Amino acid sequence: MTTTQTTTTVTAPAPTAPTTRGPLTLPPHIARATATAGGALTIISAFLAWTWTSAFPGDLTVYGYPGGLQWLVLVSGALLALFGLSSYGIKGLTWLTPQGADPAIRLASYAALATAWFSIIAISVSLGGVVNLEPGAYVAAIATLIGWIGARSLPYERPENHPADPEDSGFEQFKHNLSNRWTTYKSAFATNSARPAKPLPSYIEILIVAVVLALGLVVFTYGISTEYDELFIGFLITAGFGFAAIQKAGLIQRVTTLTARHRNVTLVGAFVAAAAFPFTQSDDQYATIGVNILIFATVALGLNIVVGLAGLLDLGYVAFLGVGAYAAALVSGSPTSPLGIHLPFWQAILVGAAASMVFGVLIGAPTLRLRGDYLAIVTLGFGEIFRIAVLNLDGTSGPDVTNGSNGISSIPNLSLFGFDFGATHTIGGFTIGRFANYFFLMLLVTLIVVVVFRRSAESRIGRAWVAIREDETAAEAMGINGFRTKLIAFALGATLAGLAGAVQAHVTYTVTPEQYQFAHAVPPNSAFLLAAVVLGGMGTISGPLIGGALLFLIPNKLQFMSDFQLLAFGLALVLLMRFRPEGLIANRRQQLEFHEKDEAPATLTKAGA
Amino acid sequence: MTTDTTTAEATAVSTPGETVLDARGVTMRFGGLTAVRSVDLTVNSGEIVGLIGPNGAGKTTFFNCLTGLYTPTEGEVRYKGTVLPAKSFKITATGIARTFQNIRLFSNMTVLENVLVGRHTRTKEGLWSALLRGPGFHRAEAESKARAMELLEFIGLDHKAEHLSRNLPYGEQRKLEIARALASEPGLLLLDEPTAGMNPQETRAAEELIFAIRDKGIAILVIEHDMRFIFNLCDRVACLVQGEKLVEGTAAEVQGDERVVAAYLGEPFEGDPGAAEVAEVEAAEAAAAPETTTPGTTTPEAATPTTPGESTSKENDR
Ligand SMILES: Nc1ncnc2c1ncn2[C@@H]1O[C@H](COP(=O)(O)OP(=O)(O)OP(=O)(O)O)[C@@H](O)[C@H]1O
Ligand SMILES: [Mg+2]
Repeated sequence: MTTTQTTTTVTAPAPTAPTTRGPLTLPPHIARATATAGGALTIISAFLAWTWTSAFPGDLTVYGYPGGLQWLVLVSGALLALFGLSSYGIKGLTWLTPQGADPAIRLASYAALATAWFSIIAISVSLGGVVNLEPGAYVAAIATLIGWIGARSLPYERPENHPADPEDSGFEQFKHNLSNRWTTYKSAFATNSARPAKPLPSYIEILIVAVVLALGLVVFTYGISTEYDELFIGFLITAGFGFAAIQKAGLIQRVTTLTARHRNVTLVGAFVAAAAFPFTQSDDQYATIGVNILIFATVALGLNIVVGLAGLLDLGYVAFLGVGAYAAALVSGSPTSPLGIHLPFWQAILVGAAASMVFGVLIGAPTLRLRGDYLAIVTLGFGEIFRIAVLNLDGTSGPDVTNGSNGISSIPNLSLFGFDFGATHTIGGFTIGRFANYFFLMLLVTLIVVVVFRRSAESRIGRAWVAIREDETAAEAMGINGFRTKLIAFALGATLAGLAGAVQAHVTYTVTPEQYQFAHAVPPNSAFLLAAVVLGGMGTISGPLIGGALLFLIPNKLQFMSDFQLLAFGLALVLLMRFRPEGLIANRRQQLEFHEKDEAPATLTKAGA
Repeated sequence: MTTDTTTAEATAVSTPGETVLDARGVTMRFGGLTAVRSVDLTVNSGEIVGLIGPNGAGKTTFFNCLTGLYTPTEGEVRYKGTVLPAKSFKITATGIARTFQNIRLFSNMTVLENVLVGRHTRTKEGLWSALLRGPGFHRAEAESKARAMELLEFIGLDHKAEHLSRNLPYGEQRKLEIARALASEPGLLLLDEPTAGMNPQETRAAEELIFAIRDKGIAILVIEHDMRFIFNLCDRVACLVQGEKLVEGTAAEVQGDERVVAAYLGEPFEGDPGAAEVAEVEAAEAAAAPETTTPGTTTPEAATPTTPGESTSKENDR
């Protein structure tokens, strides 16, 4: 640290040397102050009017009250100011940055800059020119720029780069310089190892967990109820950079330690927070998204048993959701169901789960004797077989069971204990519509799946799954019946998907084969489910839930880019795997696996079968 | 001899002379290559038996035949009188546990979890029990944990119970593999080069550990290249060359046998048709260090490199 600072002071008077500091670079103590002030100014700018007309959604014409995108700018500015203050070592705020504030400041400044400039450009474009901007917009633009300049001037340990060999060809030199720049750039975000947290009284820790959960609810609710594309994109920008900043600050890790210490409190708290969601909504519009997110995320969590714990790559998982949905639909009393029977819901959901389990065992028994890639291909095939079989069981190409491509429609609403799920209820002054009703029901299923996941993972069978994932031969040599153990994981995963499917059938009124494809623009489908697990974090509970929520929300909100959705999805996955292979929520093991600085002993490389 | 006295004590613990392992005519062919040819071997309770042989002699393959990773082409293996089942997990349940030449720990599990996985065959709790979490489940988990911690104490790793096993130093990983194998409460423990890559102090400690295991009444069959280790440890030694058992006897007898020395030096083994290519490799290896070997005083180990990188990165070991 000291060495960099001295070099800074030496090079500061001569800012012409672009390789070391670059233009627009301030001395460190001024840089810090500038970044923090930029953050503060950004906050203020959010309270100003940015445009004169309310034609741009969100009404940014008011002085004294932020609207629409301004809220996001406000949050990112606050984040920047907060980390800036924390870097001054202000008591209490240092708790926020256990891994050092500077990388977090840098990312927060990106958040502010990107959000503000995106907003301003969006306003100019949609209203037709910069003439539509009020002074407030310029203040925001300049404030975030100031914050960014301050943040980028913060000193950091620069790596020793070797200059390119002048004898190399031009392209080689260019490549070399590029990679040098990249290493330098990366080192700007290098974090210190985390300062250990001072032990807090347990009630304060629980309070912190509660606050974090409440914040989570606010962020999710905000994301779900964004009303126009610009706002959602702005939300993604702020949330993305903000998450990165918080992560770099070491805050996520710190909170994870707390939630791990108070697991049951966190579990209950998380479900209370989730259950509070419908109460934040005035109508049923976004509860639809809410319940669909829950279905998708729950199925992803079920898949996480198969993929994350047992390490079985299942590319046809959505078929189990389909089996559950079809089974429940057939016994739901729907007029288009050829069975024409109407079982009570608790029986229907059991039928759905049982049908999925049977299907899981039937598929698993022959395929689980295969290892690795073969399994993936075979499950992919079976997933499609399910869809095509359902398509053909229409009375003309086969026996009439599923109505072919028309599916089973008009599935009646549920009614449990006299509670009609189709009707709107008023609970304590809040209106709870149809989808909100199902949201609560689905939340119950999610809770079941979470508990099943947790309990099975932390038991003899869960250890056997992980052992098989790690090294199947060694696991067998330790007495684990690999086939049986994998079959249990497979069947359990299928059962949980079936459970969700039974609810899904009632939520969507109709089940059709098209809902259960391998890849499709709309989730849930097998590819998206797998992506939710990988993106969220394999082997964790919160990972697939968060990953699922994001992967549902993004295509749902950004419908204007529906043609490019799969392309964007693929790009996002590649980038994620490059920069954060362990997913958003790292499992304690994977964290070590992917980011181990010190090399593991070479003996650990597995050879042979 | 110290070994003799300890042997006497140990045999007093379990039924003396009972045959734990009885392999008859075990043959393993891979296509045209006969890696193990008609090997007979017995291990009696309370015994430590060594298995030596130059690289590629088929020692690991023989182990794999005993533990069900390979199904022998011909021959029969009995454990305490009963023919072994075909599947490796059933063999472990019967009472044979093993370690691997190239360490195969569950690297992303903690040290404790590794040992707990080893307890798999001795516990019964299935999925339902895990989901319902009745009192029986908690009791079984607690008992398993206690047993696992006991074993970790035994090998001296209890203070690292919560570490990821991949982060352990090499010697401790080998020990952990032994603990994991012991967790299945075996009657026979197969150790494949337990000291490969260890320094002399660690090797000494490993010897102590193996004696202590034997004193628990567990018979041991150990593959090793370090002849001093074999000499200190084993009641009986068999030497495998090109898949065939060449000699069997006390450590001193085997070490002094000129055929063994010749085999390590790469002298073509009379009347052996099948393994010409193996012999070639042996010859090349042995040629690298011919002058160091004098019968009796120096060890055949000198002709076979035992550096960790060399002996543990072999691709053919399961
Ligand atoms: N799965 C297999 N398929 C084909 N050949 C094999 C297989 N496993 C082992 N072999 C061959 O069998 C022979 C014996 O190998 P093995 O690993 O048993 O030797 P080893 O005595 O354990 O040697 P080392 O001392 O180097 O560990 C070698 O020639 C090897 O290449
Ligand atoms: Mg070997």
